[in-house]
Amino acid sequence: MSHHECCCGCNDNREAVRENAKAALTPEIVAFIEECAADAHPESQLIRVLHRVQGHYGHLGREQMDAVAQLLQVPASKVTGVATFYHFFRLEPRGKFMISVCLGTACYVKGAERVADRLQEELGIHFGETTKDGLFSLNATRCVGTCGLAPVVVVEDKVYGGMTPDQVPAILEKYTKKA
Amino acid sequence: MSQQQMINLTIDGVPVTVPKGTTIMQAAEQKLGVKIPRLCHHPKLSIQGSCRVCVVEVKGVPFYMASCSVQVWEGMEIQTNSPAIRQARRDILELLLDNHPRACLTCVRDGNCELQNLAYTLGVRERLFDGERKRFPIEKSSVSIVRDAEKCILCGRCVRVCAEVQGVHNLSQQGRGFTTHVAPAHGDKMDDSVCIQCGQCINACPTAAFVGHSDSDRVWKALGDPTKHVVVQTAPAIRATVGEGFGMAPGTPATGKLVTALRRLGFDRVFDTNFTADLTIIEEATEFLNRFKNNDRLPLLTSCSPGWVNFMERFYPELIPNASSCRSPMSMMSSLIKSYYAKKEGIDPKDVFVVAIMPCTAKKFEAQRPEFATPDGGQETDASLTTRELIFMIKSYGIDLAELEDGEFDSPLGASSGAADIFGTTGGVLEAALRMAAEVINGEPPAQMEFVEVRAVEGLRVRELKVNNDLTLRVGVSNGLQNAKKLLDKVVSGEEVFHIIEVMACPGGCIGGGGQPYPPRGYTILDPKLLAKRAKALYTIDLNKDVRSSNHNPAIKALYDEFLGEPGGETAHRLLHTHYQPRLPRGIR
Repeated sequence: MSHHECCCGCNDNREAVRENAKAALTPEIVAFIEECAADAHPESQLIRVLHRVQGHYGHLGREQMDAVAQLLQVPASKVTGVATFYHFFRLEPRGKFMISVCLGTACYVKGAERVADRLQEELGIHFGETTKDGLFSLNATRCVGTCGLAPVVVVEDKVYGGMTPDQVPAILEKYTKKA
Repeated sequence: MSQQQMINLTIDGVPVTVPKGTTIMQAAEQKLGVKIPRLCHHPKLSIQGSCRVCVVEVKGVPFYMASCSVQVWEGMEIQTNSPAIRQARRDILELLLDNHPRACLTCVRDGNCELQNLAYTLGVRERLFDGERKRFPIEKSSVSIVRDAEKCILCGRCVRVCAEVQGVHNLSQQGRGFTTHVAPAHGDKMDDSVCIQCGQCINACPTAAFVGHSDSDRVWKALGDPTKHVVVQTAPAIRATVGEGFGMAPGTPATGKLVTALRRLGFDRVFDTNFTADLTIIEEATEFLNRFKNNDRLPLLTSCSPGWVNFMERFYPELIPNASSCRSPMSMMSSLIKSYYAKKEGIDPKDVFVVAIMPCTAKKFEAQRPEFATPDGGQETDASLTTRELIFMIKSYGIDLAELEDGEFDSPLGASSGAADIFGTTGGVLEAALRMAAEVINGEPPAQMEFVEVRAVEGLRVRELKVNNDLTLRVGVSNGLQNAKKLLDKVVSGEEVFHIIEVMACPGGCIGGGGQPYPPRGYTILDPKLLAKRAKALYTIDLNKDVRSSNHNPAIKALYDEFLGEPGGETAHRLLHTHYQPRLPRGIR
């Protein structure tokens, strides 16, 4: 009797799907995920993995999240559920330099709002946005734990204390040159 | 072993004793018959404790406790209905309602909505907290399931049924705070997701955040079109459940009344999917016996359940070669109606409109598979309606099904054996196949028609069946795909060897399908008591039939003689078989 079968004979797409997933990440991250996948409860490693991915790419892209799901064997709905729940994770690309303006109580009292206004004016963006040239992202943050230096702006890992609106252009220029 | 520790407590002043580990909700229900209001809780799903509707007062505890998730302790004093707790519950419900559309009058679940029922029983008579309400568009990408996140109360029952019962994990809560909503990964459309369209989310939803896609308007239109010859077929499981929509006790067979109702609705012919269930058995048993003889691609996996077929294509594509190539009874019937029947009646197949009444939402997807397209680009099954949609149509017409006289299916595609009826319950397809296979192998019909060993009231069953002194078949029966996974993983790894595995996507088989009526009063979805009653209806119909084996259905024999030729032959293959393909995204299992 005749049989109706898949014409391509390649029903098992497991390896192909895995290879696609690996291609969406760096070899280092793939190795890290494989280590995590060997854990008795891989799903409990999900946040660690997402941290690692965002650490490298600056945000969590669709392709990367799907790849994490396949390699860690955690349902994709769960991966994106976690990624969209935590404020820490970003789904959109961020600028090369992340500027965080502290709007905590101490900084606010010392005039952080004026600094924030100046930053938005100079960059032409609002909080949560990235400049068109992809250089700067602007974030409002709460206390960074250096109230003695208020008002504080953090660019990348560097903390600028005692900020005034007039210091803003010089700082931005420094990073523009660095890029 | 030590005896189970017992806990003494009082509920509403009544002293009761229950085993350690019992929740407050369970204790109140078991000992006092008090059903504490609930939304997110379901006895067959994990505890979530998110809706807070089931709160009770516990003496000495300074806050209200969720009775679904708190286990009783020695000396506990509980109030389930004090004025304060009644007020708190009503406030909690009002807050849920005020983030919910005021659309009951136009909602498809009007009258059988748990949220609406609760608003009534808790005495919500006015809306006090009129504030901002979440806004989401209705998502209609899927041919079977409509998602309306505005009606969602975030109870998570759909998320849990999709993960814990079906093992699909397509749904999860996305986002946080006010924008939290239930959706597939990335907030994608259902159509772009790993959804297998089983419809259990519809069954599990207490409101109308998930509802079936309605095709009844297309059917009304066809019925009103004088140029169309409208033919209907009804699946085995419908006769066991349709009566529930008209106040008949669960488990009351309603085959004859169903036929009369369909005729009243205006269908030109009323055929029985049971006929092609018998045909499926002939083809599938032939396929199995061939594979068995050649020790080729065993175990044979049944393929009648379209939710399972979707699951296989996304989650277990490597098992595609094992799946039976037989089309489902629905698709066999539609294929025969538009070839054999149309020719016999001298009607142009283009003028024939085939409606299938199915217990299933995934059948809507099956109906529009390109494999089942007609040469003119239409579908062999023009419309697939769920039991719920049929109940709506009958009511909408003004007919009370319970009061109808019995009718008879039309011939030639209406006669069936008892083996076909039991297709509608888990284990039924396998039992039907065994009735025929045993006869072919042994040369005489089995002494006992009932293969009770495969009647799986639970979700998973593995049995060794002695067919004769030399031959024992190892068979598996599963319903609910989380159960199927357990067998399929063993097949993939080669850890265990089976000859046949019957897989039904829905818990209990088609009687628990995603298109079946919402449970009547006193029952919940996934309720073993309800499923057992529905199954009994089918076993009773089977028992009362003269012909109980598919290969003894005279109408089937006539069809092979007149039209199909040999089982598994060329015509049979063209009209009754199909193929499958892997689909992406691949599911995580």
